Amino acid sequence: MKPASHGATSAEPDVLDGNAAAGALRQVFAFDVTSADVVCAGCGNACCIGELRLYGLPMGHILRCPHCDAALIRIMALERACWLDMPQVRSLRISVRGT
Amino acid sequence: MDVRLTAADGYQAQRSYSIASAPADARLELLVDQIPGGEVSPYLTEEVRTGDAFEIRGPIGGYFVWTASNGGPLLLVAGGSGIAPLASMLASRAATAVGLPTCVLYSVRSAQDLAFRQELDSWAKQDPALVVGLTLTRQAPPDWPGYRGRISAEMLRAVAFPPSQSPLAYVCGPTAMVEVTAAALVMLGYPSARVRTERFGPSGDNT
Repeated sequence: MKPASHGATSAEPDVLDGNAAAGALRQVFAFDVTSADVVCAGCGNACCIGELRLYGLPMGHILRCPHCDAALIRIMALERACWLDMPQVRSLRISVRGT
Repeated sequence: MDVRLTAADGYQAQRSYSIASAPADARLELLVDQIPGGEVSPYLTEEVRTGDAFEIRGPIGGYFVWTASNGGPLLLVAGGSGIAPLASMLASRAATAVGLPTCVLYSVRSAQDLAFRQELDSWAKQDPALVVGLTLTRQAPPDWPGYRGRISAEMLRAVAFPPSQSPLAYVCGPTAMVEVTAAALVMLGYPSARVRTERFGPSGDNT
């Protein structure tokens, strides 16, 4: 585990999580997927998309596995198209009843 | 919720914020932490005037959400502006689940950084089942009655419901605080599926 340090004094910039990508993902998916379960093809870790680590880019987002850091989801919104790339996602389980 | 600002020259900047008001509230409330040198937050905290218009998208995101049907006991742990979504849950709780055993632990640098202090006081006064613990990490006045220092495993052990009561925990704050808290709760015996987290902090393209 990393040593305890709080935001402002941390040497690392704060990393957001998948919750903050809800809007970008909602452009592509018909459901809110932040509460969907995702399984990482790299290490087998299962968690909610809301728990993934989010890295912002000028054009989009990269969501990484909190366990092994694999890039699970990349989403880029360009002027005429939106690119979605999920190279390391083994599965997504989307609850249809919203629970 | 996403807020998008567009400058006169067409330049756009977008940020995500958690909603601090309850779902039933007719007004939408956001808590904006001013990031020195930031691109969006100094504008929202200093420049915006009544009548200004924004593009907003949302509310979106069903993961870091609590409704009365999720039950409790409820442990809410906040660092800094991470109090925003927890304030929304507390407002919702005050409207729909008074009496639900709930414990709040809220960490900020100094007393003037405390947001929603009046609301927290009044909710706790109206309902003995709600216990609010405050901790100051940098500066505490000599007569400060709350905790001092960062949220730690010891502090959590002192305030949190034992795992045998099957509590549900929501943790929101800067990444390091969220990780320390979530790890400590799992160490105390909370199943990780009962610990929901949301990381807050400076975001966007220039940080």
